[in-house]
Amino acid sequence: MTPLLQVSDLQTHFFTFGGTRVVKAVDGVSFTLHEGETLGLVGESGSGKTTTCLSLVGLLPRAARIVGGSVVFEGEDLTRKSQRELRRIRGRRIAVILQDPMASLNPLFTIFRQVAEPAFFHQHLRGRTLRERVQHLLRAVRIPSPEWRMREYPHQMSGGMRQRIVGAIALAGGPSLVIADEPTTNLDVTIQAQYLDLLKDIQRETGVALIFVTHNLGIVAKMCDKVAVMYAGKIIEQAPVRELFDAPKHPYTRALLGAVPKLGSKEPLYSIAGQPPNLANLPLGCAFHPRCPEVLPRCMTDEPGDFHPGNGSVARCWLLDGEKEGETHRGRTRS
Amino acid sequence: MAEPVLEVRGLKKHFPVRQGLLGHVRTWVKAVDGVDFAIHAGETLGLIGESGCGKTTTSKLILLQETPTAGTIGFEGRDLASLEGTDLMAYRRAVQVVFQDPFSSLSPRMRVEDIIAEPLEIHTDLSRAAIGARVEEVLQLVGLQPDVAPLFPHEFSGGQRQRIAIARALATNTRLIVLDEPVSALDVSVRAQIINQLEHLQQTLGVSYLFIGHDLATVAHISHRIVVMYLGKIVESADSDALCARPMHPYTKALFAAALPSHPDDPPHAPAIAGEVPSALSLPSGCRFHPRCPSAMPVCSEVEPTLQPRAGGGEVACHLY
Amino acid sequence: MAIKAVREAPLVAVVILGGLILVAVFADLIAPYDPTFPVKGANVFDPPFWMEGGSAATPLGTDFQGRDILSRLIHGARVSLIVGLMGTLVAGSIGTAMGIMAGYIGGWVDQIIMRVTDAWLALPAIVFAIFLAAMIGPSMWNIVAILGAVYWTRYARVIRGEVLTLREREFVKLAEIAGASKWRVIKRHILPNVMNTATVLASLTVGVVIIAEASLSFLGVGVPPPQPAWGLMLSEARSTLMAGQWWLTVFPGVCILLIVLATQLFGDWLRVRLDPQTRNL
Repeated sequence: MTPLLQVSDLQTHFFTFGGTRVVKAVDGVSFTLHEGETLGLVGESGSGKTTTCLSLVGLLPRAARIVGGSVVFEGEDLTRKSQRELRRIRGRRIAVILQDPMASLNPLFTIFRQVAEPAFFHQHLRGRTLRERVQHLLRAVRIPSPEWRMREYPHQMSGGMRQRIVGAIALAGGPSLVIADEPTTNLDVTIQAQYLDLLKDIQRETGVALIFVTHNLGIVAKMCDKVAVMYAGKIIEQAPVRELFDAPKHPYTRALLGAVPKLGSKEPLYSIAGQPPNLANLPLGCAFHPRCPEVLPRCMTDEPGDFHPGNGSVARCWLLDGEKEGETHRGRTRS
Repeated sequence: MAEPVLEVRGLKKHFPVRQGLLGHVRTWVKAVDGVDFAIHAGETLGLIGESGCGKTTTSKLILLQETPTAGTIGFEGRDLASLEGTDLMAYRRAVQVVFQDPFSSLSPRMRVEDIIAEPLEIHTDLSRAAIGARVEEVLQLVGLQPDVAPLFPHEFSGGQRQRIAIARALATNTRLIVLDEPVSALDVSVRAQIINQLEHLQQTLGVSYLFIGHDLATVAHISHRIVVMYLGKIVESADSDALCARPMHPYTKALFAAALPSHPDDPPHAPAIAGEVPSALSLPSGCRFHPRCPSAMPVCSEVEPTLQPRAGGGEVACHLY
Repeated sequence: MAIKAVREAPLVAVVILGGLILVAVFADLIAPYDPTFPVKGANVFDPPFWMEGGSAATPLGTDFQGRDILSRLIHGARVSLIVGLMGTLVAGSIGTAMGIMAGYIGGWVDQIIMRVTDAWLALPAIVFAIFLAAMIGPSMWNIVAILGAVYWTRYARVIRGEVLTLREREFVKLAEIAGASKWRVIKRHILPNVMNTATVLASLTVGVVIIAEASLSFLGVGVPPPQPAWGLMLSEARSTLMAGQWWLTVFPGVCILLIVLATQLFGDWLRVRLDPQTRNL
């Protein structure tokens, strides 16, 4: 089955100080996504996860550029497309949900106008058909009394509702891929739970593929089929979700899993020494080695490539070198 | 039982909503509506709730940024409202705060050593040398090297800035630190560092914490006791272990249900509760949670439940019990 | 391209400003003649040296009294710079102080200061300045005081706005919670953080003040003659522009243009430089 999205060796760099300083925000990212699948893109600040997503849809800030690799979506390479062509794809076939609903919604326009916009421009719906479509979408995201609500303005709604409206806008064009960048960070816990359940239901009904960008492993556990963990612009581990939680291959993944407090447990948290790396000044060899509890001499000089320890995992770590295919490195969290 | 460091009784804060030319009071926003709790030396009290529950207002009341409409806040046995002059300064010295955002809580044009020294300069007569020594001491306590003292905040990462904020909070032999979502704005790997550091400091110095948060797992991890707030009232309070083992109030249960799993195969929780927190301007009658409560009974919309002792220690306010 | 221009701008500005400052400081040494006395051996209305009738001894010509234009320009730089810089300093100090008090202390202090500011701003600056000059009499330092008194209000407004936002920042609240007195908060937290804005505003105000001084001199209520000031030179030579002795007005005009341009460029560069977001583009 041909994948819906195939990203190969994507590289996006930031050029500042008049071009004298280059930051490799995304440095060789590859992953595949099929229809109806949910991919979790996990990383901390500076890992490159948001830049990756912006690269996919061509929404990079002025200082950034895709310098290599390809993004093949439904058979076409998006990196080779002009902004005009991308505008036709954005909203219609790929939709984006961002973190702050207040920033995504225009305070001057009614809900109706904003949800209708993608359908208006991409599918050329008008009049009654358009109205019905908007109501249908609002109902799909569980906004009560949509006929009334759609005449209201964003400031009249709560945070949770706004985020659901943003979801409705995303779905309005009928996309096959939705990229959600930390959509629940600003929401209350119970509202977040509602929203995530909603996303899952919508995915079941419409078969849309989902890329979920987050730093929260709990969301990954709940929502995702497969996970890619990013660090310093590279994917350091990729695996089906169960495999990642049961047998993390990369020390960073193991550390992340150990650092999250588990409900009801008072075990000391595993804390990784140091801070997330400065992308303008990466260390030699493996970018994680200064903080790695299992560092080998080799890690300080050579960057590891992809290793396939089996069960669908791919990880970049010298610890996996020399292990035979099929043998998995059972990880343990340390305290 | 030794006297609690901080004791709050019947604390209320109502904000008037004014309307009209003469500022006639139309109604009241009951941000905090009758809250009791106590924090003892060396313990961490966790305060958990969602938006509108009153936890921010409670912390402002404790920090004297607002004055209570009713109720008392007792510090080492003495009512805050009666403190003046040097006694009041003594309170400010003993109770400090660490805020959520590491990027705006440090003055960008002050060096770290000056930032940490400030409470010392305000409250003590120590010489410059003595202050400098204390600054070094406190930096080491929070896991930073003393030689970072002359640097400016922008040269540090988020996690390091929070450490500096904690150092400042500890400088004056603080007895209670109010931690208002201190790790929510930090990366996951850094959160663990800070939480471990806070626990270590508590063990070493015996300082108490009021830990305000929205993430149940984090709050439960660091707190000895937890208080759950909803729309200005405490709905349940218990030891952290007891609460996690057996949450009783439907809202507490909802919070647990909404908590994210730690493994994909974790059994799915009950579906999330419906609805949203109602506006504080139009509080539901009777029990404030009843419109969203899956176990609501007729009495719930008429009579407000009071806190009763619950099984396993602590209290719960619910007609089910 | 635009980015490169911004980075190069201070070079131009610094060269001009630096040059003018040097000229002003060493005026007595640089100027070939005493600016207030006619040059011996020269006629009135001698043209610049490249024109017919001009001589290298008076390279930019002489004015209606036979005084050397170049020397007058050089000494005039002193006046313009002193008035410009000092006037801005006075305006800036008063304005910043008022802005901080209004913004931080609030309440009726804020109301009073803002109403005064509104009233002040309602008056046209130059007219007000003329009025004050007529009242206290013109002299260089009086002019400095007057211009300071006239232009502080624009500062107060802007600084007050900054302070209002600063006041809500967490580090200020933290200082208050820790028990810091109002003065302490102002001195250690508010003031250092408004200095950015104040500096940029200052560099942009210098140009305005210099033009104001020139206008006052032009109108006859500025620095009194025979001390040379560029605006005064323009005023004295008003009638000659059409009569053909263009050098009496064009050279002082160019000087005013240069100094205002330099301060504006510098101020603009400073604004970009001091803002962390635009700094590195």
